[in-house]
Amino acid sequence: MKILAPVKRVIDYNVKVKVKTNRKGVDLENVKMSMNPFDEISVEEAIRLKEAGIATEVVVISIGDKKSTETIRNALAMGADRGILVVDDQGVDIEPLAVAKILASIVADEQPDLVILGKQAIDNDMNATGQMLAALLGWGQATFASEVKIENGEAVVTREVDGGLQTISVKLPAIVTTDLRLNEPRYASLPNIMKAKKKPLVETTSVDLGVDIDPRLSVISIEEPAERVAGMKVGSVSELIEKLQDGGFV
Amino acid sequence: MTVLLLADVSGGDLSLDATASAATAAAKLGPVTVLVCGTQAAADDAANIDDVSAVLLAEGSAYSNVLAENVAALIQSISNQFSHIVAPATSTGKNILPRVAALLDVMVISDVIEVVSPDTFKRPVYAGNAIQTVKSNDAIKVISVRTSSFDAATLGGSAAVSAVETESEVGLSAHIEDKVAVSDRPELTSAKVVVAGGRGVGSEEDFTIISALADKLGGAVGASRAAVDSGFAPNDLQVGQTGKVVAPDLYIAAGISGAIQHLAGMKDSKVIVAINKDEDAPIFQVADFGLVADLFEVVPELIKRL
Repeated sequence: MKILAPVKRVIDYNVKVKVKTNRKGVDLENVKMSMNPFDEISVEEAIRLKEAGIATEVVVISIGDKKSTETIRNALAMGADRGILVVDDQGVDIEPLAVAKILASIVADEQPDLVILGKQAIDNDMNATGQMLAALLGWGQATFASEVKIENGEAVVTREVDGGLQTISVKLPAIVTTDLRLNEPRYASLPNIMKAKKKPLVETTSVDLGVDIDPRLSVISIEEPAERVAGMKVGSVSELIEKLQDGGFV
Repeated sequence: MTVLLLADVSGGDLSLDATASAATAAAKLGPVTVLVCGTQAAADDAANIDDVSAVLLAEGSAYSNVLAENVAALIQSISNQFSHIVAPATSTGKNILPRVAALLDVMVISDVIEVVSPDTFKRPVYAGNAIQTVKSNDAIKVISVRTSSFDAATLGGSAAVSAVETESEVGLSAHIEDKVAVSDRPELTSAKVVVAGGRGVGSEEDFTIISALADKLGGAVGASRAAVDSGFAPNDLQVGQTGKVVAPDLYIAAGISGAIQHLAGMKDSKVIVAINKDEDAPIFQVADFGLVADLFEVVPELIKRL
């Protein structure tokens, strides 16, 4: 079984984001970038399926500028087998619909049995690519996975839903999107980081793949949210209760 | 312009708060038809929401578990009558809407917090640290709505309910089971009071003091990611960027340090109280009332005295 694991390079989750003064985007200069944490979980899951003898090959894909090579190499150092970088130098976020079209074109070529990817990227917070890819391919989807079992040509997936947990089965080939509790991604060891440098990584472009990535949404502006100002520290439980009661909050 | 609103249904019943909040947003775009994949009773409940002009009921077994493949195919089959397709940004809405959008070859706009005009919307990005205003150039707008940003539409309407005759069993997925926590507490995303615990609570047993305070105040229980990852609280209680977004009148955070991902889920609360031993915890930067103290001393006292 072949698995594709798409990964996105995003602002590191610990970085406090600053909106640019021209209100056209956020400041990415000299900011720490990392693999989207949800994608890291999906790479880990793919590697575990390979270690369990269920998967035979894990192919990592990223779309972005050349620096996304680093993100792919990270995934290769974790244990993925080879990488595909879809180079895009335009410096604007590619919409999930366009990402899904690029991935669909790679799926047509690679013929995987499973595509596993993060439920959302922590930059645009759209939570859409996996579902869109499933629609374009006509495949089943199991989103927000906290447990994945592969058996009898199906993925049996436990999903994190609003009321608790839900278990569904999807016929393979299928799309799985990962949630936080699926696993804890490993750290790559130094020898594996060295080995990853020699693993195959090919480059292509959306033009080569024949995919139209023109955006459907125009970003009019990006603004800082209304700042919440810190209130006061109270010295005791009694004072807290007094404040809450005076304000009519309890 | 007419709007199709996918009702939030779980176990065949209507999630009234989520659906009525989304109805408020949808009504800004045009007359609202609600699609209910559930029971007749759920459809009758939806018909009762003001702002709803018609209800479509899909009772077929293909829809009873709201599987994305079947519901998305159904929406696609009736989409040509609508200018907008809207759903609350619940786990069901987030699962289905992007699939609908891709079937229609349009972009989805997730987690809308403000309707600027029929084609322009505001939504949070970067865990709510920036607000994006986007204009859609697509023929049909597919949007999910953050329910905590819109007041629930009032009740008292009497829209006509009609049945959807077609059934699209796509056959790609099957429902196995739901493990849904049953609770007498108010629903987390619409509760007036939320009491949330974090890593500082320390264990699943000790998390009961968080629930006890919530019960005392008639509120819901929330948790930080750290508390959920550590097994102190179930996943459906997680508040934050990738969990639930809440905006209650009163949010009490006990033993929560306040990572930006957590703040993304609660900073629109009207009044925030933070209780933490660490006086440098970032939660104090958004708290109206902060108390630097041991939650195991403060919370029991609050339960006793409130």
